[in-house]
Amino acid sequence: MADTMATSFGSRRIVVGAHYGLRDWLAQRITSVMMAIFTVAVIAQLLTPGALDYYKWSAMFSRQWMKVLTFVTIVSLLYHVWVGMRDIWMDYVKPVSVRLALQVATIAWLVGCAGWAIQVLWRL
Amino acid sequence: MVTSLKEQPLKRQTVYRNIHITQIASYRLPPAGWVSILHRVSGAAMFLFLPFAIWMFDSSLGSEGSYEQFVDVFRNGAFGLPGWFIRLATFGLLWAYLFHFCAGLRHLWMDATHSVGLQFGRISAVVVMALSTIVAFALGAKLFLSSPLF
Repeated sequence: MADTMATSFGSRRIVVGAHYGLRDWLAQRITSVMMAIFTVAVIAQLLTPGALDYYKWSAMFSRQWMKVLTFVTIVSLLYHVWVGMRDIWMDYVKPVSVRLALQVATIAWLVGCAGWAIQVLWRL
Repeated sequence: MVTSLKEQPLKRQTVYRNIHITQIASYRLPPAGWVSILHRVSGAAMFLFLPFAIWMFDSSLGSEGSYEQFVDVFRNGAFGLPGWFIRLATFGLLWAYLFHFCAGLRHLWMDATHSVGLQFGRISAVVVMALSTIVAFALGAKLFLSSPLF
């Protein structure tokens, strides 16, 4: 990234090319793998013998490794959804003022949701 | 190749434009096109329903009492909405999740193996739509038909 940093501003900045958006593209894929692992972990535990009630459900999320995995999933979700929603706004909303307002609202919405989810996790 | 240009009459180059919004309903998409737009629609829907998902996470894990309230919402409704409507919304969310999950795995597979052929794109798109729909209805049946719920 060092050589692209030098040309990421001013009149010589690179505005097109294969590198453009690569970091977000990669981040979207890595975060999706994290969430997929979480999904498989939840389903695998739900399929273990025993009726599904509050005790089984809360015991699942009380294990330390599951807490860590859930935390990683919440942070991954935050970034993954940001990239996806930003792509949608960039594709369909052309006026810069409206797009910026929607992007700010998206960040507020996502940070709020992630904060709430982490708060739930914190209490367990 | 250069000489052939002189022999053949010049053809007007086709100009590709975005379709107008009024043409969306009549525009026929291939399966891969449906998966592409539904991937986006399902993602946007889940973004909007995120507080509902976190409410489920919160109330189902909070305490025994909040768990009972959580189950009750699906039986008897909440916020002035009937129970069946809450179940239907949950079913929609479940479907969106499964579809987005399957379509995402397809993307990852295509990225990792460079499977970008027309044939693979078409078959995998049909598989994504069929698989996510079957699993959604199988779990949806549990959501609607099982009693007591959960």
